[in-house]
Amino acid sequence: MSESVQSISKTQYLADVAQAAKSPGPKWLLELRKAAAVRLAELEFPNRRQEEWRFTNIAPIVNTSFRSMVERLAIDLRAADIEPFVFREEGWTELVFVNGFYQPSLSRIAAASTNVRCGDLTAAAGSVVEHLDRYGANGNIFTALNSAFLAGGAYVHIPAGQVMEHPIHLVFVSAGRSENTAAYPRTLVIAEPQSQAVLVESHVHLEGNVPYFNNSVTEVVVKENAHVHAYRIVQEGASSYHLSTTKVHQAAASVFKSFAVTLSGKIVRNELSVLLDGEGADCSLQGLYLTGGDQLVDNATAIEHAQPRCTSWIGYKGVLDGRSHGVFTGKIKVRRHAQKTDSKQLNNNLLLSDEAVINTKPLLEIFADDVKCTHGATVGRPPEEVIFYFKSRGISEAMAQGMLTCGFCDALLSQMELEPVRQRLDNVVFERYSPI
Amino acid sequence: MLVIENLHATVEGKEILKGVNLAVRAGEVHAIMGPNGSGKSTLAHVLAGNDAYEVTEGRVTFMGQDLLEMPPEERARLGLFMAFQYPVEIPGISNAYFLQAALNEIRKSHGQEELDAMEFQALLQDRMRLVAIDSSFAGRPVNEGFSGGEKKRNEILQMAILEPRLAVLDETDSGLDIDALRIVADGVNRLRSPDRAMIIVTHYQRLLNYIVPDFVHVLFEGMVVRSGGKELALELEAKGYDWVKGLGVESGSGLALAQS
Ligand SMILES: Nc1ncnc2c1ncn2[C@@H]1O[C@H](COP(=O)(O)OP(=O)(O)OP(=O)(O)O)[C@@H](O)[C@H]1O
Ligand SMILES: [Mg+2]
Repeated sequence: MSESVQSISKTQYLADVAQAAKSPGPKWLLELRKAAAVRLAELEFPNRRQEEWRFTNIAPIVNTSFRSMVERLAIDLRAADIEPFVFREEGWTELVFVNGFYQPSLSRIAAASTNVRCGDLTAAAGSVVEHLDRYGANGNIFTALNSAFLAGGAYVHIPAGQVMEHPIHLVFVSAGRSENTAAYPRTLVIAEPQSQAVLVESHVHLEGNVPYFNNSVTEVVVKENAHVHAYRIVQEGASSYHLSTTKVHQAAASVFKSFAVTLSGKIVRNELSVLLDGEGADCSLQGLYLTGGDQLVDNATAIEHAQPRCTSWIGYKGVLDGRSHGVFTGKIKVRRHAQKTDSKQLNNNLLLSDEAVINTKPLLEIFADDVKCTHGATVGRPPEEVIFYFKSRGISEAMAQGMLTCGFCDALLSQMELEPVRQRLDNVVFERYSPI
Repeated sequence: MLVIENLHATVEGKEILKGVNLAVRAGEVHAIMGPNGSGKSTLAHVLAGNDAYEVTEGRVTFMGQDLLEMPPEERARLGLFMAFQYPVEIPGISNAYFLQAALNEIRKSHGQEELDAMEFQALLQDRMRLVAIDSSFAGRPVNEGFSGGEKKRNEILQMAILEPRLAVLDETDSGLDIDALRIVADGVNRLRSPDRAMIIVTHYQRLLNYIVPDFVHVLFEGMVVRSGGKELALELEAKGYDWVKGLGVESGSGLALAQS
């Protein structure tokens, strides 16, 4: 019902959007914001009567009146402040965004011999920005919200045939935030035909316990025969909210591989949707979520097989402790035309406490007849006989649990090819769960 | 070293051990034989402290301490080791990491220094050579995808590293090829010493040619019904278990030797 009472948060967003619209920018940006503002006014926040949101209670986000960050804060961050988040590896390009706005002084662009272009989205060329909102524009209210407030963000453009030797790391830092502020990280990646790139997107914070909201959107265009490996790390503040939408569009024979890791944040929801829109495209979505306390972490993955002979793999693992709540969805849609689809998914969860909860479900909509689609999920603790085996060798139950938890995570992390990222995440897992 | 008196144990409400008596002194090797389902593995698991089995009566002393009061990890740290009839697979944890953790827990409990990765590697390589296990097994997850015989050999590798005071080997010889049998027997014999003891559960007299026991016991329907020297194994082989079925419990079986 369109007459329904507007939430206070939406009233605030609409008021702020009017102000954001006035902030200067190129013509395309003004038009994009304007169109998004119209959608924002029409769309409603999701509620738990909707299938996709059945287990995910975002009332704390919907019912808070967040002030949107329409311009960059005048805060003086130093290289040392962001030291824990960057890698500073030889050859890497690392672009730093503070509350969504590009921060050239903290960024480092490798003196590359390539003609890869990357940087502040608002300064990108017309041929690049024309991809914005093309793949997620008809999405939910959160993508509209992000576009309506678009004032910064990142873009990466890899020209045809360019095989990048080193990764590009996009670091989104939340810093200097006052209570209940909303920021809008935005990323656009275009991999032209035959190109290859490795990207890392991390969402980190310098805040203690300030409740803030990051509403992030990433669009990835993977053209014919291009290969993109995307790592995503969410490490937000303990009282913060992080909702993200990643839309991936794949052309024929392209490859998209993602690793999405959620380490912290009070409520985190990562929506990752892939459209396999060319024959023989291949995508692999893997992820790990480590939860505790009263966290809510939702990973909503969706793959649409629109063309024949595409392959997809979804493999997510979760370790849930405390009273935390995990949600995992693996949605596979196979269009009538998409014969010879091969799709697999697996979601494994380790519950470390009796009060932790996981809701896991595959959603399959298959309209083609010659397809292979499998799915599976496990939830639980290590079997008693496994724990007893440890004990019979002198290892206590607590230590056995720790070792098994590390092993559980390691089985996924060991598949990461990007060594520095794998190493860092290994350390996080080790520090959190290792008994030794 | 180990004294079991009138041990009764149930699993899922069913009584399996019905008054086991057994005494093992340092330096001795005891073989336990008996038909399928007679309770041999149950006895091994009860000694190791598996709480899937409930002890309803009796007592067990090990190294002068009340064994049944101790959690399984403390029993292991005190020097008790069971080689499982069916070793468990542990995905995600390498053999080397598992064994290093186990050895260091045991060493810590004795106030000894932990071995670092280098020291442990050296020990591991040495023991892997002794039990003829390929070094690639160090990095593989514990028992995962191992063949039946490889799992058994891996149990012996663990024993060779942890150097227990009392090893209970539950059908470690089953499923081994002839070469492996000799290697396992060598591993066991190398560990034999005046201050260590072994209980070897087996169905086959053959193993006892390699590991010559001091005593042989027959477990039948949850009780030790006969005890004797190594010739008892030959007698069993000749006569079969039907012979045992006709016998009552010979008084003092299992315990007779403790008094001497
Ligand atoms: N977890 C269990 N649940 C139910 N019954 C069990 C369980 N463990 C053992 N039993 C039963 O207890 C009895 C003794 O089993 P146990 O494994 O001790 O025999 P065993 O002497 O080792 O036999 P085998 O020579 O075949 O290894 C069997 O009848 C078995 O079915
Ligand atoms: Mg048995």
